[in-house]
Amino acid sequence: MKLIDSFRDKEKVDILLKQIDKLNIKDKEYRFMEVCGTHTMSISRFGLRTLLPENILLISGPGCPVCVTSQGEIDAIFDLVKNNDVIIATYGDLLKVPGSNGENLYILRSMGFDIRVVFSPLDVIEIAKNTDKEVVFLSIGFETTTPPSAGLVKQLVKENIKNVSLFVMNKTMPKVLDFIANQENVMVDGFLCPGHVSAITGERLYEPLVRSGFACVISGFEPVDVLMSVKLLMEQVNKGEFWVENNYGRVVKRNGNELAMKLMYEVFEDSDAYWRGIGVIEGSGLMLRANYKDFDAMEKFNIEVDYSKSLPGCRCGDVLLGRIKPTDCSLFGNRCTPEDPYGPCMVSSEGSCAAYYKYGG
Amino acid sequence: MCLGLPGKVIEIKEFSAIVDIAGTKREVSTMMLAENVEVGDYVMVHVGFAIAKMDPEEAEETLKTIIEYADEID
Repeated sequence: MKLIDSFRDKEKVDILLKQIDKLNIKDKEYRFMEVCGTHTMSISRFGLRTLLPENILLISGPGCPVCVTSQGEIDAIFDLVKNNDVIIATYGDLLKVPGSNGENLYILRSMGFDIRVVFSPLDVIEIAKNTDKEVVFLSIGFETTTPPSAGLVKQLVKENIKNVSLFVMNKTMPKVLDFIANQENVMVDGFLCPGHVSAITGERLYEPLVRSGFACVISGFEPVDVLMSVKLLMEQVNKGEFWVENNYGRVVKRNGNELAMKLMYEVFEDSDAYWRGIGVIEGSGLMLRANYKDFDAMEKFNIEVDYSKSLPGCRCGDVLLGRIKPTDCSLFGNRCTPEDPYGPCMVSSEGSCAAYYKYGG
Repeated sequence: MCLGLPGKVIEIKEFSAIVDIAGTKREVSTMMLAENVEVGDYVMVHVGFAIAKMDPEEAEETLKTIIEYADEID
């Protein structure tokens, strides 16, 4: 697509780098957090950190849904597979996430358990129509991915399909952003706000952050998008004035996608959620509303999650909060690699550790 | 998982559309789109759903603004 080529254009990248250099107050440190796994991947893939002056730091936040899922939930999925005659339908990202005893969905599949990768929640419908077994969809993700899960539930009702349930691990952005902004030891000047989450939520999601004195720029994912967003963040920081700037207007509208938000909240309601490495954040998760509880795998299979579980030595939590760089973890690159990941940030292609390992810092 | 891909609409159905994503044709749900799409429009596709209609003019505007920076630098 010609448009994408233009957003990777070297000449435009050079112009932006000169602009950034002109704006750069060299004895100052600019700390910007990206809260989207795709930003993390793009920044590493295009080597954007190495292009920027050393005093401009891009820090990866808790924007990878796989990475922030609790160990207890991951282990509960494996128990569900092993103890029930079910078909698991999942996005591919979850296949290599290790359980507390080292197993993962790939391994379980090779042992004969029925685990299928889907590209869309709607793919679950076809699986369900062709089996008498229960199909459990691992519903995970933020505001971008949750409305499609809600779309699945609505479709199940419409087609009167009863043999599907959702293992709901979905989370939302507002409360976790608020949590990060109020951390004493997380020093962030601004946020590179997630492009596709914003396409759903709209700009209002970030208004509390700017009121608290953080620069906020909604950004696309191409090198030109990210560098332009860094420049716009620097302008806000230098001025000491903060507002929500939309630098992804080709996709994000001011009010977002109200239809998608409505769909999401028709099917789900806010609940407390446990974030890996962070703990419980009140109202930061989602659960099925009472009238859709028939589709809740947790209730159908009486699943109990032990949220106190963690992987010993894994520092994904510190990585997710920007306290350390992936390379500061002693497991990085030895015990923990994309081929044999120990922690979730190394598993998902959107995880910061995987991005650092593959492309360097 | 959060990856969104731009696709060009090549056929419209009642609640879905066939889009061309970098040469691959896929049926995507349009239940989350409030605005009408026409053949030739671009949409952002995420896990099988069109989540937003893309605005090529807005994209061109961004690129034009960057070229204008060049004058400021010189």
